[in-house]
Amino acid sequence: MSALMDQDSSGMFKVQQTIGSVVCCKCGVPMPPNAANMCVNCLRSEFDITEGLQKSIQIFYCPECGCYLQPPKTWIKAQWESRDLLSFCIKRLKNLNKVRLKNAEFVWTEPHSKRIKVKLTVQAEVLNGAVLEQSYPVEYTVRDNLCESCSRFQANPDQWVASVQLRQHVSHRRSFFYLEQLILRHDAASRAVRIKQVHQGIDFFFGNKSHADSFVDFLSKVVPIEYRQDKQLVSHDVKSSLYNYKYTYSVKICPICREDLICLPSKVSSSLGNLGPLVVCTKVSDRITLLDPRTLRCAFLDARQYWRSGFQSALTSRQLVKYSVFYVEPPVGEATVGGQKYALSYVLIARESDIGKMLTVQTHLGHILKTGDQALGYDIYGANVNDDEMDEYRLHGRLPEAILIKKCYDKERERKKGKPRAFTTKKLPMEMDESRGGRGVDPGKMENEYEEFLRDLEENPELRFNISLYKNKDYQESDETASMTDGEGAPTVPIEELLAELELSEEGEGDGEDDMDE
Amino acid sequence: MATRLQFENNCEVGVFSKLTNAYCLVAIGGSENFYSAFESELADVIPIVKTSLGGTRIIGRLCAGNKNGLLVPHTTTDQELQHLRNSLPDSVVVQRIEERLSALGNCIACNDHVALAHTDLDKETEEIIADVLGVEVFRQTIAGNILVGSNCALSNRGGIVHPHTSVEDLDELSTLLQVPLVAGTVNRGSEVIGAGMTVNDWTAFCGSDTTATELSVIDSIFKLREAQPSSIVDEMRKSLIDTYV
Repeated sequence: MSALMDQDSSGMFKVQQTIGSVVCCKCGVPMPPNAANMCVNCLRSEFDITEGLQKSIQIFYCPECGCYLQPPKTWIKAQWESRDLLSFCIKRLKNLNKVRLKNAEFVWTEPHSKRIKVKLTVQAEVLNGAVLEQSYPVEYTVRDNLCESCSRFQANPDQWVASVQLRQHVSHRRSFFYLEQLILRHDAASRAVRIKQVHQGIDFFFGNKSHADSFVDFLSKVVPIEYRQDKQLVSHDVKSSLYNYKYTYSVKICPICREDLICLPSKVSSSLGNLGPLVVCTKVSDRITLLDPRTLRCAFLDARQYWRSGFQSALTSRQLVKYSVFYVEPPVGEATVGGQKYALSYVLIARESDIGKMLTVQTHLGHILKTGDQALGYDIYGANVNDDEMDEYRLHGRLPEAILIKKCYDKERERKKGKPRAFTTKKLPMEMDESRGGRGVDPGKMENEYEEFLRDLEENPELRFNISLYKNKDYQESDETASMTDGEGAPTVPIEELLAELELSEEGEGDGEDDMDE
Repeated sequence: MATRLQFENNCEVGVFSKLTNAYCLVAIGGSENFYSAFESELADVIPIVKTSLGGTRIIGRLCAGNKNGLLVPHTTTDQELQHLRNSLPDSVVVQRIEERLSALGNCIACNDHVALAHTDLDKETEEIIADVLGVEVFRQTIAGNILVGSNCALSNRGGIVHPHTSVEDLDELSTLLQVPLVAGTVNRGSEVIGAGMTVNDWTAFCGSDTTATELSVIDSIFKLREAQPSSIVDEMRKSLIDTYV
């Protein structure tokens, strides 16, 4: 007896209560007593709590994008037998708030049978407080129905709503290479439906006007542009006054590029504080930086200011010629402009093709040129420029004979010829414009230009600032160090600046990214 | 032998009748069906008295009695008391008691030897019970419920208690009452046994909702099958071959 009687916390004897068993009033099977005093089977046979609940229903599925329709218009993306699909299926059932849902799970069906079976376990109260739990299957018939965006795409796969036509009227594509890297870095063209390369430009097609808007915004931040927007009516719903348009942005990039020589019109020259008529463009971002090589003064023009006057370059990088440097005098003046150091000095140079003729010119590259170097510059004396003002200046003898632009590393590059670079770049998925025939892009020329662009990247750290360069897997460092023993090598991208490519392989993620410290 | 019947379409037979070994009380109904059901079973054996108590028909719940006596509440009118005294055999003592808890049928469950009483019953009432009915009185609860009269049906040979009674309680009650007890239901799962059926040593009456399973339990615990002569065999078949959904 003592085992039955326990003393609880209040000191009272409490008898242990064991639940007895009674007989089910219907079938006679012994069972513990419950509120209805009927065994579960008898209760189930008596009361069906799934009465009035939906047992079969139709749902619509888009086979193109894998979405299910939630009427009236929403398409919900869900995988086969996923949690999202389960919650979607349950939401589609009516009347389910009358009972309490305890559990829901998928019953396996053949995927191509177009049937989804869900087993639901519900609880409801029957007969003075007894809670009955019952599970029942619900069958969903899946019908294929293309969603609106897929059907529109099917009808016309080249469908676009907005396009950005990016043009720069110069004879080279350097700016576009640089722009391509910038776009990749900032992921600006990720929402573009198509990208097409055309003569003197690139076309971007977007599915949404706002995407195109944001892309043009991005462009205006990185290069000086002028654009106009036009629209074309595609369709018109009279009853609800809805108009469908195709929008086109005509974007022009300023034709002034880096290393261009410009003869400023007198108006512009005087507005910039009498900046010498000949200026060199040193940097193009959302503003053009113009450097006067004789006074080491800089001026900045943004897009609007540029297009007020709209001057063209006198000489472009195509017309650069090689000069040999024989003697560099100590610098007369020094200046730091826009983060770059310049030193003004007189140098004794001669054109490679015409070594006999020695010239003494003023140059802003005094800080990097040394005797025996090679430099690239513009031969103004021998140039034929279609510019009245420049001819005037020349008449009055106010023009220098040559202006040096940059140091030439060709000799050092000879050593590295044929060896792969330490870095690689990624490319945008562009279509080539086949339609132009003879005027289309020449692949050999493109390669040369691209090679020059990569050399540019190596020589100018500030150019590399905003773009991502990736480690070249084929590059072996040992070759480089062996050949570096003699003298100065050609400029290369330091390895700390390179990013490792993210490799998504079976073993998991590849190396992480090295930080760029610039 | 257990019989199924209804009082005016209500299955709570124990509310409208009181059955003991010496007499039977039935309530006055619109039709005579209730009375004639009792009569067909008990006519030659014990007197069947049609009465009301305090002007009500719920006589089964208001009075408590066995073969020795009958206790009626203070709400009983003099005419009813006199009618009872006249109709019942002389060996049965009819006593009106002054008790706050006037539904004596709910508060007292008794057979000819022992009675269970509501825990809050007066001391005098307990003495009167012991005296008039000639029983030993125990204050008890059944399945935590103080209305012992409603929650159990008791005869000299067995008893059914509320289905939620624990095993320990069942043992305890069984030792007190000295009869076999079972926890069961009546009227298709109703837990109020005392109101759903009425029983004596050889026969029982239950509501017509009672399932065949419940009926067989009643028959076995009250040992009703052996109580009758051989005609029981045919009768038994009638109750077992039953149609229910």
